[in-house]
Amino acid sequence: MDIRFRLNGEDRAVDAGASQSLLSLLRDGLGLPGSKNACEQGECGSCTVVMDGRAVCSCLVLAADTDGADITTVEGLGDEDTLHAVQAALVDGGGVQCGFCTPGFVVAAAHLFESNPTPSTDEIREALSGNICRCTGYGGILRSLEGLAGR
Amino acid sequence: MEIDRPTDLATALEALRQAPDATLLAGGTDLMVEINFGHRRPEHVIALRRVNELQEVDGTIGAGVTWARLEEGPHRALAQAARTVGSPQIRAAGTIGGNLGTASPAGDGLPFLVALDAEIELRSAAGSRRLRWDEFLTGPKLTALQPGELIHSVVLPEEIPARQEFGKVGVRNAMVISAVMACVVRYEDGRTRVAVGSAGPTTLRMGRAEEMISAEADPSAAALSEFQRLVSEEVRPITDHRSTESYRRHAAGVIARRLLERCLR
Repeated sequence: MDIRFRLNGEDRAVDAGASQSLLSLLRDGLGLPGSKNACEQGECGSCTVVMDGRAVCSCLVLAADTDGADITTVEGLGDEDTLHAVQAALVDGGGVQCGFCTPGFVVAAAHLFESNPTPSTDEIREALSGNICRCTGYGGILRSLEGLAGR
Repeated sequence: MEIDRPTDLATALEALRQAPDATLLAGGTDLMVEINFGHRRPEHVIALRRVNELQEVDGTIGAGVTWARLEEGPHRALAQAARTVGSPQIRAAGTIGGNLGTASPAGDGLPFLVALDAEIELRSAAGSRRLRWDEFLTGPKLTALQPGELIHSVVLPEEIPARQEFGKVGVRNAMVISAVMACVVRYEDGRTRVAVGSAGPTTLRMGRAEEMISAEADPSAAALSEFQRLVSEEVRPITDHRSTESYRRHAAGVIARRLLERCLR
């Protein structure tokens, strides 16, 4: 199924499989493995992307329904040379343990800071409430982002 | 798999007329789980998120309105319920129409609609019909929606009491499906309506508890206890992986009483 969308700032024409999720299209079809595949039921947030200005679980988006969408994945936020402010804060603040959940946290946090550069602790916790860290590294993540918020 | 991505209602209804058994996709938060786990392989999908007519919130609530929007109001108890749905990611995608279509006994938006005796407006290429909630919700994950129809909107009554409260009992705040939940609304003349979810095959109204407490202009502690007892008696919960029959029975009474007390403040 031919679809056209904007992905990390680039217009793309791609072929979406029947019943394929956006997550699967990103990882298996487009070579963007930053969005992680864990629960496939929207519980863990490790596949979070921003679609048309909303942070969503890409595993719960039907790829064929993304025609016309504007999508940003973790790959579109920064790279090794130019980290996104959220990525830099997590590195500096010890907000990363095994790293598997990190891309989802980065996208969710970057989405929060874009609309609210100085979120309160409660606002940070709320914005990250759909992301699970199985290392239970929440303290480090929260402190890193509080630092970025100037707290 | 075929997909239609209509941007207006007329086109959506025409697509549905041509493919009455097509799978309707709104926010995807239920359907995609079934697809990801191999329980569904739809041959034809009609994706509804671009249909503007389903996005309206005025006297009615369009089926395509997301939890994220309902969190902002205008209905206090529905906003309280919306805030307990999943996570920000789920609330950005999931819709009230999807909650109705899935018709889970644990649907967070349903107790508010049930307490207010909301009607569900269905549309097809042939016309429209309105069903009261108890005509629409026919069983666990069962609705009266027919092939060729889609859920258009929720129609609320003209009189909506300002005193309205929703509460949910679960193992944590985020990402939780309730063990039991309730919505209580109280009109100025004392009429009280109580709907309980996750405690029966569909969301249930507590008719005897309502009748008893509606007659109390200024309920005493004894009246509140009786109300709580009646709710615990009237629910029809089961034991499953999320909770037990006896805990749900107890918690339903406690949460309903607590919400009533908040309404009375």
